Amino acid sequence: MSKIKNAFAKGKAFVAFITCGDPDLATTAAVVRAAVQNGADLIELGIPFSDPTAEGPVIQGANLRALNGGVTTDKIFDLVRELRQDVTVPMVFMTYANVVYSYGAERFIASCQEIGMDGLILPDLPFEEKEEFQPLCQQYGVDLISLIAPTSENRIAMIAKEAEGFLYIVSSLGVTGTRSEITTDLASIVKVVRANTSIPCAIGFGISTPEQAKAMAALSDGAIVGSAIIKLLEKYGKAAPQYVGEYVKAMKDALR
Amino acid sequence: MTNPKGRFGIHGGQYIPETLMNAVIELEEAYNHYKNDPEFNRELAELFNEYAGRPSRLYYAEKMTKDLGGAKIYLKREDLNHTGAHKINNVLGQALLAKKMGKTRLIAETGAGQHGVATATAAALMNMECVVFMGEEDTQRQALNVYRMRLLGATVVPVKTGTATLKDAVSEAMREWTSRISDTHYCLGSVMGPHPFPTIVRDFQAVISKETKEQCLAKEGKLPDAVIACVGGGSNAIGSFYNFIEDKGVRLIGCEAAGRGVDTFETAATIATGRLGIFHGMKSYFCQDKYGQIAPVYSISAGLDYPGVGPEHAYLHDIGRAEYVPVTDDEAVNAFEYLARTEGIIPAIESAHAVAHAMKLAPTMSKDQIIVITISGRGDKDCAAIARYRGEDIHE
Repeated sequence: MSKIKNAFAKGKAFVAFITCGDPDLATTAAVVRAAVQNGADLIELGIPFSDPTAEGPVIQGANLRALNGGVTTDKIFDLVRELRQDVTVPMVFMTYANVVYSYGAERFIASCQEIGMDGLILPDLPFEEKEEFQPLCQQYGVDLISLIAPTSENRIAMIAKEAEGFLYIVSSLGVTGTRSEITTDLASIVKVVRANTSIPCAIGFGISTPEQAKAMAALSDGAIVGSAIIKLLEKYGKAAPQYVGEYVKAMKDALR
Repeated sequence: MTNPKGRFGIHGGQYIPETLMNAVIELEEAYNHYKNDPEFNRELAELFNEYAGRPSRLYYAEKMTKDLGGAKIYLKREDLNHTGAHKINNVLGQALLAKKMGKTRLIAETGAGQHGVATATAAALMNMECVVFMGEEDTQRQALNVYRMRLLGATVVPVKTGTATLKDAVSEAMREWTSRISDTHYCLGSVMGPHPFPTIVRDFQAVISKETKEQCLAKEGKLPDAVIACVGGGSNAIGSFYNFIEDKGVRLIGCEAAGRGVDTFETAATIATGRLGIFHGMKSYFCQDKYGQIAPVYSISAGLDYPGVGPEHAYLHDIGRAEYVPVTDDEAVNAFEYLARTEGIIPAIESAHAVAHAMKLAPTMSKDQIIVITISGRGDKDCAAIARYRGEDIHE
């Protein structure tokens, strides 16, 4: 059984996204630990990409800062090895197909298993193209996470049936970033998901406040937050771990 | 040549966010319906002929031929099309298709501005809203085209992210499309991106080689020995090549922008310096570092300043059917000036890359052989930049 399910075993899950190397890898490690100590159930580690087409301005900025700071895939693998000495919550990578493909798909995915990563989220790898990496993910026990969007409609059942780990439900049209309101009929989407799979589903994109997290988790199994955390990193830089910790605590408390 | 998932050999595919999947599926279904619809094809032919001014001329460049002293040179004059480039062929096709699909808004990326101008033109003609994304760097080097787009009623959004050039404009147009799909068609300007775009754009541009073939047979009674075109994403090149792919005796030569040289980092020659990757919806060759980060490419030509190449070109390269050669800024600027002086034709700096290679190739061929160079666009837009390249500051 996938370790990712553990994140959803004790009530509604809080999933924290952090771009590795923003502003440096030592800060990333401290932010991950602060998030976990304050209740994050699953950590999504972003491997920066030069041209992140699914990201809004906030996470684009984090990608740029991280790459300008000289972070690489290999340095991020080392970071995970170090984190895994004490961090036990499930962790997944979020990056773009070319980062995996260019590294050598098998070399990348085998490394995920070796260093203790539980899954992989690739926003530019839809259902139709998952054969690119799926067989290797299966071979090395890494869950390839599927996404469902507000426009998925007739595709939801097909995607849910073959989903692994957890299902990432994209709350809104457009790119990542905080939103004042989420208007998609997520309850209907989750209903179709539930009818087709028993794996958990969490909602992401646009969530920043405890009220939003609570509302989204009430509809699903958890809430995913990225841009709101990255804004704290943008604002506080190396001093961000404390603020991220406080923020995660407030968000997790809203889910309890 | 396209299998159902839009593959050209191993290249192509649909590497895009789930949010866009139903949009590209809807587009593919609509295209498959309308491409065989007699009424659609009648309307498109009328737009091509009456509005864009097709067929474009196949002009015998007699002075250039005599000067170079080798193969007989013909110029396929896409620069004479309405709006001044081949881009209008694809845009009229896609805008008509979008209109049939009930879309009311066109978005587009542009590098040199030619595709943006063409899209703004079609939007004006068909009463559609138009937003064009253009790298901020390109809005400066192609200021005239920015003005033209605004004059035509389009909104031009300068893109400041990344290298602020064509690739960033594509990324931003894709982001915009994910945020607004129901009324919006993304009018992609080259044979790139996710399936079905490489196929749709190729089919609309294939009119170039269809005409070239007929015109060459009419004038010379035989096919050309070589067809030469510049390649950024590769739309004028695939249009120039497509109807000759099965004619194995016709050499197909794509000219990539080498910038300051393929041995420097300031280059955009993807096939010469790139390697396999997945980006902007497709598997193909890309300029990238060892970790797959897309390289900040460079060319004097905003239209060729792109780190990838269309998947069908990648395939034609793999199977050896087409050749791809790098041409430097210097060579292109020389060719730009040469064609102006020799034939009284000012080509786009993009097209000048193809002229530059023909200038090298023609003298090595015999006088009974024929080269066709596609002049993909006209060079008015480039005059200020070329003047700057030569150290002269002119104000328009």
